[in-house]
Amino acid sequence: MSLIVDRRGALALGLGATASVSLGGIGAPAFAANDANDVIQKFTSGKKPTESLVKLDIPEIAENGATVPMTVSVESPMTEQSYVKELLVLADENPRATVATFRFSPLGGVAEVNTRIRLGGTQHVIAIAKMNDDSVHMASKPIKVTVGGCGG
Amino acid sequence: MAPAIKPRIRLDKKEAKVGDVVEVKALVSHTMETGLRKDTSGQTVPRKILNKFTCTVNGKEVFAADFETAISANPYIQFKFKARESGPVILTWYDDDGSTIVGEESIKVT
Repeated sequence: MSLIVDRRGALALGLGATASVSLGGIGAPAFAANDANDVIQKFTSGKKPTESLVKLDIPEIAENGATVPMTVSVESPMTEQSYVKELLVLADENPRATVATFRFSPLGGVAEVNTRIRLGGTQHVIAIAKMNDDSVHMASKPIKVTVGGCGG
Repeated sequence: MAPAIKPRIRLDKKEAKVGDVVEVKALVSHTMETGLRKDTSGQTVPRKILNKFTCTVNGKEVFAADFETAISANPYIQFKFKARESGPVILTWYDDDGSTIVGEESIKVT
């Protein structure tokens, strides 16, 4: 356990005990592979995201990593008082962690997006939502990729 | 540059009542070159992606995104907004080379 803590100290800092324990059940993401840690730290300003409100919909197995459909939605009233500001999507084993950042506003009124992403291999996809009160929420899902989609 | 790329945009309704949720689907042709791939002679193909996307309804931004290289070629984006005002729905994609791809639809809110 101490080894894991050493290697993933930053994960523990960034995501907190609750997240790492619950992720442990499905195999903790190997965040060391790319800049995912730094990106998460920067996005959340060091806050621990709670595993709530965010719904991440991706296939369990993707045959072609070059185009993987993904839907992310965040539960929010999307009013001036309470809305989702930003939604960050990461892939923890891609050459570059950040997949996209989506920006919502009360003018839009719905925090839901669907797009197609590239995944270099079997890994975890992580979605982190930042609310207008700066609280952060996340969802994470493992995905098995048969053929990677990053070229090279 | 190649002739202007025409994005394919679809709104699930052209007319809506205030508060109705309108779904937007948009597809644009673009290689989204990652800058990681090598061509047959072993040269790295330089990065060229659409790095930003915005959608305004009657001049107000309802949705925006910053794309990275992990967005698939011919990027597809689908999102929703609540109808408030009639007006043009303008979708803009920003290319690494500074050019933009613009598509326009309109919504009538009653």
